[in-house]
Amino acid sequence: MALSHLATSSSRSAALLRPLSSSIYLRRPISTDTTPITVETSVPFTSHQCEAPSRSVETNPKELLTFFRDMALMRRMEIAADSLYKAKLIRGFCHLYDGQEAVAVGMEAAITKKDCIITAYRDHCTFVGRGGTLLEVFSELMGRQAGCSRGKGGSMHFYKKDSNFYGGHGIVGAQVPLGCGLAFAQKYSKDENVTFALYGDGAANQGQLFEALNISALWDLPAILVCENNHYGMGTAEWRAAKSPAYYKRGDYVPGLKVDGMDALAVKQACKFAKEHALKNGPIILEMDTYRYHGHSMSDPGSTYRTRDEISGVRQRSVIQLKE
Amino acid sequence: MAAIFQGVGAAAALSSSPSNSFDSKKLLFSPRRSFSVKKGASVVVVRSDGNVNLDLNPRGRRAQQLIANAVATKADSSATSSSSKPGHELLLFEALREGLEEEMERDASVCVMGEDVGHYGGSYKVTKGLATKFGDLRVLDTPIAENSFTGMGIGAAMTGLRPVVEGMNMGFLLLAFNQISNNCGMLHYTSGGQFTIPIVIRGPGGVGRQLGAEHSQRLESYFQSIPGIQMVACSTPYNAKGLMKAAIRSENPVILFEHVLLYNLKERIPDEDYICNLEEAEMVRPGEHVTILTYSRMRYHVMQAAKTLVNKGYDPEVIDIRSLKPFDLYTIGNSVKKTHRVLIVEECMRTGGIGASLTAAINENFLDYLDAPIMCLSSQDVPTPYAGTLEEWTVVQPAQIVTAVEQLCH
Repeated sequence: MALSHLATSSSRSAALLRPLSSSIYLRRPISTDTTPITVETSVPFTSHQCEAPSRSVETNPKELLTFFRDMALMRRMEIAADSLYKAKLIRGFCHLYDGQEAVAVGMEAAITKKDCIITAYRDHCTFVGRGGTLLEVFSELMGRQAGCSRGKGGSMHFYKKDSNFYGGHGIVGAQVPLGCGLAFAQKYSKDENVTFALYGDGAANQGQLFEALNISALWDLPAILVCENNHYGMGTAEWRAAKSPAYYKRGDYVPGLKVDGMDALAVKQACKFAKEHALKNGPIILEMDTYRYHGHSMSDPGSTYRTRDEISGVRQRSVIQLKE
Repeated sequence: MAAIFQGVGAAAALSSSPSNSFDSKKLLFSPRRSFSVKKGASVVVVRSDGNVNLDLNPRGRRAQQLIANAVATKADSSATSSSSKPGHELLLFEALREGLEEEMERDASVCVMGEDVGHYGGSYKVTKGLATKFGDLRVLDTPIAENSFTGMGIGAAMTGLRPVVEGMNMGFLLLAFNQISNNCGMLHYTSGGQFTIPIVIRGPGGVGRQLGAEHSQRLESYFQSIPGIQMVACSTPYNAKGLMKAAIRSENPVILFEHVLLYNLKERIPDEDYICNLEEAEMVRPGEHVTILTYSRMRYHVMQAAKTLVNKGYDPEVIDIRSLKPFDLYTIGNSVKKTHRVLIVEECMRTGGIGASLTAAINENFLDYLDAPIMCLSSQDVPTPYAGTLEEWTVVQPAQIVTAVEQLCH
């Protein structure tokens, strides 16, 4: 409903130049209601070596509407990228995030732009969450100078230094040691911020992850490792790649929390909890149980290794519909 | 002024002249650093005391002149300064430590990460005492996890910190190749210039004394193609300290190659603050007949061969290229234009080594000035054997250098 308003809005092109937080393109009145309301997350948290946070999340109508708008924008952006790729305007690799928007949006709601985020190549929405504009996204995807990396990086190399978004990395798992390095720098400068190092369930089997986790735990770094578990590492299901798919437990001595990644409020609660924990006690692992509707990348139809029923089943509990 | 030649391996003395003309035949040939400023009209030679390995220098000589750095300076500023401080003598690993310590004092964002660098003091003592002085947060002992701690160093560098990552042996950095290539080298470009990676990755490499194949690797050949990084190789205490400091101050990622067998070289270096230009080659011995390009430990084999060559009447020009990426084609080119013959002596493997790239670069740029094809002496394309005699034969020896020059010049 609101989406059709977006499509016909005449100030849409101007809106492309503005970051997500600006909302002038919606014609109908925006709710500025900030009266706090409490919502229960639909799925409880499961914890490992720590106390799970409460299921009751504080929020307000304005925030909920922001979540909806942001996630809807991200969804449309990814669908548009799909069409552009098929029209051969985006080349190379294009990994789409639709289905996982709640993770990006919920995380942003819990932290500030001074906290660092680093992720792998499925980074379009995370970039937008950090304040990137649609113009920067599409320019970069199409190799133009107006792109966030001046067209030199492409889909897998989105960065935004001023909001501490460190990318955007093509090699699976390599961003996690970088993320722990960011946390190290934060500890070094004593600035009371944390780093969220995101990776997928496929990357969770990389050795360098455990190496970096060991060092982070040894040195008490404010690093939060977030496993975006969409249950498929490229074309291989998690149960075929991981002996223990309980990614939140894999830290062993490092506490972990399993979160319903389709619920932005649960994600927000978990990230808030994780930030407090990391500043006091060192690293923590968050596992976001989520799902991607597209294949691994544009060259993957996404249906050879999972059934269409499964995909439509997950769409039932769609992230955006939950908010409506 | 007389030049005194002693037997092989002994220290020799040189009297230097601040005059404008230079007589190359009276130069010193033993392994000793001398600077020659070629870009100006005059040539100034700086002598310093030096010992090679276990040689003793019975007469402690004061350096008569000191140039603050190896960058070309105007003749008047260096030639007439005769009241420089005498400097102090130290070993190469101490020079590295001094450079590191001075930079850590100067800039609080410099930190050191590596295995055994902290409490143990460094496996080659380069970081000895630094942990006590600067604390555990600035001199960090890492677990044996090269891939991740190199990655962490790069991540920290993205935020503006200046880590110095030590590989206990360069060969171990192969485990961190992905981080060095994709992140260290390329992030500046793929982020459209948003991030610089002012990291220094250093460590000893090269063939040691029977350390075995895996601990005798020459990684400069593997890293040279990585876009975005700079590589330098130090060979004397003077340039070790200078290059260390310059590398730390540089905004680019720099890989500093040290050599296991050179850590105990002794030399007198200036007291004052100085750095060495990262992209410049060092003129070790000016000459007329042939240009010998070398770096790191092979410099000493070359200088040893040079003594023999001089006795046989040749006049080799020896240049320590120091900057492995990018090559200092200015200095090298000037030399080629003068001598028209090039011999490259390196410790890298024959295939795909620094010598191979240098040969290609010189051929591309200076083919018209060459009177003979470039000769390149490299190590054999084999894993380094354990047995001492075999190991010796995989590496270029002075006798081979002499033969090569004779072939090239005849």
